[in-house]
Amino acid sequence: MIPTAFDYVAPTTVEDALSALATHGDDAKILAGGQSLLPVLRMRLNAPEVVIDLGKIESLRGVRDDGDAIVIGAMTPHSVVGSDPLVKEHALLIHRAVEHLADEQIRHRGTFGGALAHADPAGDLGAPALALGSSFVIAGPGGTRTVPADEFFIDLFETAIGDDEILTEVRIPKHTGWGAHYEKFVRVAHQWPIVAVAATVKGSGGSIEDVAIGLTNMGSTPLRARAAEDALRGGQDLAAAAELADQDTNPPSDLNGESSYRRHLAKVLTRRAVTAAAGG
Amino acid sequence: MTAVANPPEEMAKEIGRDRRRKEDQRLITGRTRWTDNLSIPGTLHLAMVRSPVAHATITSIDTTEAAASTNVVAVLTSEDLGESQGVCINAWPITPDQVTPAHLPIANGRVAFAGEIVAVVVARTAAEARDAAELVDVDYEQLPAVLGIKEALKDEVLAHPDLGTNKSALWVFDSEAAGTGGNADDAIAKARTDGIVIEREFRQQRLIPAFMEPRSVVVDPTGEQITVWSATQIPHILRFALAATTGVPESKIRVIAPDVGGGFGGKLQQTPEEMIAFAVARRLSRPVKYTETRSESLVSAHHGRDQWQKLTLSAEKDGTVTGLKVELEADLGAYVAIVGGGVPVLGAFMFNAIYKFPAYHFSCQTVLTNTTWTDAYRGAGRPEATFGIERMMDELAAEMGVDPFVVREKNWIKHEEFPFTTVAGLEYDSGNYEIATAKAKEIFGYDELRAEQKRRRDSGDPVQLGLGVSTFTEMCGLAPSRVLGSLDYGAGGWEHASVRMLATGKVEVITGASAHGQGHETAFSQIVADRLGIPFDDIEVLHGDTQIASKGLDTYGSRSLVVGGEALVRAADKVIEKALPFAAHLLEASVDDVKFHEGRFQVVGTDAGMALTEVATATFTAHNLPDGAEPSIDADATFDPVNFNYPHGTHLCAMEVDTETGAVKMRKYTCVDDIGNIINPLIVSGQVHGGLVQGIAQALWEEAVYDDQGTLVSGSFVDYLLPTAADTISFDVDHTTTPATTNSLGTKGVGEAGTIASTPAVVNAVVDAIRHLGVKDVQMPCTPERVWNAINHGGAGGATEAAAMPHFEPDAEPGTSSTEGAGA
Ligand SMILES: Cc1cc2nc3c(=O)[nH]c(=O)nc-3n(C[C@H](O)[C@H](O)[C@H](O)COP(=O)(O)OP(=O)(O)OC[C@H]3O[C@@H](n4cnc5c(N)ncnc54)[C@H](O)[C@@H]3O)c2cc1C
Repeated sequence: MIPTAFDYVAPTTVEDALSALATHGDDAKILAGGQSLLPVLRMRLNAPEVVIDLGKIESLRGVRDDGDAIVIGAMTPHSVVGSDPLVKEHALLIHRAVEHLADEQIRHRGTFGGALAHADPAGDLGAPALALGSSFVIAGPGGTRTVPADEFFIDLFETAIGDDEILTEVRIPKHTGWGAHYEKFVRVAHQWPIVAVAATVKGSGGSIEDVAIGLTNMGSTPLRARAAEDALRGGQDLAAAAELADQDTNPPSDLNGESSYRRHLAKVLTRRAVTAAAGG
Repeated sequence: MTAVANPPEEMAKEIGRDRRRKEDQRLITGRTRWTDNLSIPGTLHLAMVRSPVAHATITSIDTTEAAASTNVVAVLTSEDLGESQGVCINAWPITPDQVTPAHLPIANGRVAFAGEIVAVVVARTAAEARDAAELVDVDYEQLPAVLGIKEALKDEVLAHPDLGTNKSALWVFDSEAAGTGGNADDAIAKARTDGIVIEREFRQQRLIPAFMEPRSVVVDPTGEQITVWSATQIPHILRFALAATTGVPESKIRVIAPDVGGGFGGKLQQTPEEMIAFAVARRLSRPVKYTETRSESLVSAHHGRDQWQKLTLSAEKDGTVTGLKVELEADLGAYVAIVGGGVPVLGAFMFNAIYKFPAYHFSCQTVLTNTTWTDAYRGAGRPEATFGIERMMDELAAEMGVDPFVVREKNWIKHEEFPFTTVAGLEYDSGNYEIATAKAKEIFGYDELRAEQKRRRDSGDPVQLGLGVSTFTEMCGLAPSRVLGSLDYGAGGWEHASVRMLATGKVEVITGASAHGQGHETAFSQIVADRLGIPFDDIEVLHGDTQIASKGLDTYGSRSLVVGGEALVRAADKVIEKALPFAAHLLEASVDDVKFHEGRFQVVGTDAGMALTEVATATFTAHNLPDGAEPSIDADATFDPVNFNYPHGTHLCAMEVDTETGAVKMRKYTCVDDIGNIINPLIVSGQVHGGLVQGIAQALWEEAVYDDQGTLVSGSFVDYLLPTAADTISFDVDHTTTPATTNSLGTKGVGEAGTIASTPAVVNAVVDAIRHLGVKDVQMPCTPERVWNAINHGGAGGATEAAAMPHFEPDAEPGTSSTEGAGA
């Protein structure tokens, strides 16, 4: 369908983008890869008067090494993240999740920052970003602030990014050498997950020294399976620990499954994800 | 080179050749005449205002603001258009007392489903029309909506209060009454004492045809004839309906279906949108265009299937079937569509399938609900029937503890028994179920897979394997006109063709069939090439324009080749017949001494001869033709089939079921179809592959779901799951060949076969994988959740939660404007 008419600006610096945001306030919408925003506009679920395209801001693109972390620019397309050697080496979990994200065309357009800013609880990047303890760098009129992952996701489609702010990059602490697996449960290939489990494991030969588990679509935000993680760190066997995966979750009910079925899935998928991440 | 004599030069046969389709370059690149690609100078654009609610009285429509919007030319309601909008017709009232609500293109005073049109906005651009549509202010006073067949049957809430009932028609066939068999109730009663009775209730979920090209219509009223371009399967029927319901003389209407991007039955309709465009163009004397969005298509283009099937099968202890009783309930949606209740009635003749039931009773109760109307979808009635019976045969085998082939072989028509008159009164002309089955089992590796299934069961593997069988047949090639007449269908089933021999030796072939992706242009060229001995590339197939193909009954029901192809063969033969005396005259020989072979008229026993194309040139100049001869060798033929056409085949499916999650995965799919002689194996394999995927999709993925307010929850492709290549495996497709005896080419329809056959094969396989866990049925689509529920809680998996997964956050509440929520 045809969106309502809007003005379009394409600043080349973050400062210009911020000032455009300041000028237009509520009437403006940021455009990254457009893979979520364009459907929203075309279905007329939203009708901004100005669209601010971040596509021309070079500084927001790319992956760089920053000591004990890697930094992914908000405007880096999924396809670039998926093939980046730094990501693969230090944040294997992100690499694995991107492999299964949507389809080829969407991976070329959609961006790392756009997906996280969109904060769809069924999005594939939230749970891995959370599990890896990422922090989110947000630029606003008063400068730049850094928000830890567990404060970034607030609710369905809601993050810590303010109306006058822009997500510029995501810092991911290096998990060099950690095994990782993203277990995504779908009915057809190019679908958002019904439930997915992101697991990353430090250890060797099947033994688990440390572990982080993120859950996709088990509540209104990405979640950590803390109880299962704790049990594993405490030496419990995986089958028993995985049974704790749905603790403190609040999964939705929809066409693809009732809440109770999602709880069941989370347990099975956690067992499988951790097994695979541990090289089992 | 050695001096080996070359064999006599024979023209390579076109029939049987795997020619690449000549239409594909333009269809695949999209650089062609799709309706929406047409731009006629001065065209106005339409946007529909659709009801966001399922059932309501319209208390007021305020168009002032919309009418004042930029470049808006008109905002029109049902009242404004009045009788000029015509009506949407039901061509097949299945009983004389069928209850049929009046169906105006624009709702007048009351809406009966979410998505129904309440007003149309006309503007200079599509964007302006859309913007203004948001400004039309409609007040709805909501009425209770009736949703679902079971609720509708209670007649508590009415889809159309003025009709007093939701029950539209009860159609019955009884073999005892028809004299084609015994009494099914007696057979069932007897089996209850000394035999086996299987009773099941299956759900045929509602599907959405989801053709690739959205529907689109352009109407230009400025010539002597009003020209209508439409993305339709049925230009001829549409012309008839436009004339019959608007009073515009048929001769003043020209309908063109240019290249059409798929239909699957979904474009076998006289749509409100076409009627509205026609009325608006006439009213404003301006060309108009309307192209739907995908969201509109999903809520307003007709849906398919939607039945409950209560089946009772009786058999002797040894598995010999003795009776079949079918009680169907079918959801028509809010209106009775063009075929409407005829769709389940087509299934009436197919529940007995390939089996020799001595007694059969069929009834179908159609009901009206406040949902999108339903009509033909690939297979139309036969997939539903095939699903029912093939599931039941597997259930009978399971009850007896035997392999599913045991009960099939015991009961099917043996090849030496053809032609065979069935308990439903049809005469199957030919078939050989034995060899198709033997071949399928071998390719599939049936015995090895059964062994693997046993190993997995014995070891308690979390991933279980199931094998599903579907030995289907179907009736296609719609249809003998007399039979249609006896069923009260409003038209005949013949098809027309013409062959025009051009002066330059080229040939134009005209067919009344209306291809929308099937490949008629290629296949029909191959037929004519062989028949007339003319090179493939010299033949052009013309169709889909009532000015060119003046007679025709269009494309659906796998009819184009078996009915339209036969008309073509007959027209081509007439060309030869007409050309023969001309050739004899030009060759100065007696007609009896001239024989036609591979494009040439040859004087027997001499070197003298001439090509048909030379006769065509001589006919064009007409300088030297027999005295008094009419200077034309062009010919027409209209063919009315004497019988339906009965492809059959054996389909085998292996499914893996992850018992921990309920996820299902296809492991192997083999089909051996007998579609008689094959014109183009490549086209056939395209039809079979696509057909299989659509049938498999019904088994596993697709379902149109409404919430309790009557909102279509699966209103986008995020929630209505269409498979892609990534979700399917490579199928083993093979054939046996038992030519049809009712057309000269010995062909059988293949357009719907894959869809008809595959659905039960898949579900049978899923059930077979987990039957040892106590599962007897899994409701379609077999979602992981349903499979898991069936394993863990019994039953068939139950209904799904009628809510969509939100992925696109709205800033404003959806459903607040006049069109949102109805997929505008
Ligand atoms: C058919 C389809 C299938 C998909 N399947 C999946 C899937 O399986 N898994 C998955 O995870 N995702 C899936 N997606 C979504 C995809 O990942 C999108 O790319 C992503 O959700 C949004 O990223 P984008 O760059 O396109 O952002 P946009 O659509 O441009 O923006 C999304 C939202 O974020 C805001 N925004 C964007 N960038 C910033 C920023 N830097 N600062 C502040 N706000 C910002 C925008 O204003 C907008 O509200 C799918 C999308 C489609 C269309």
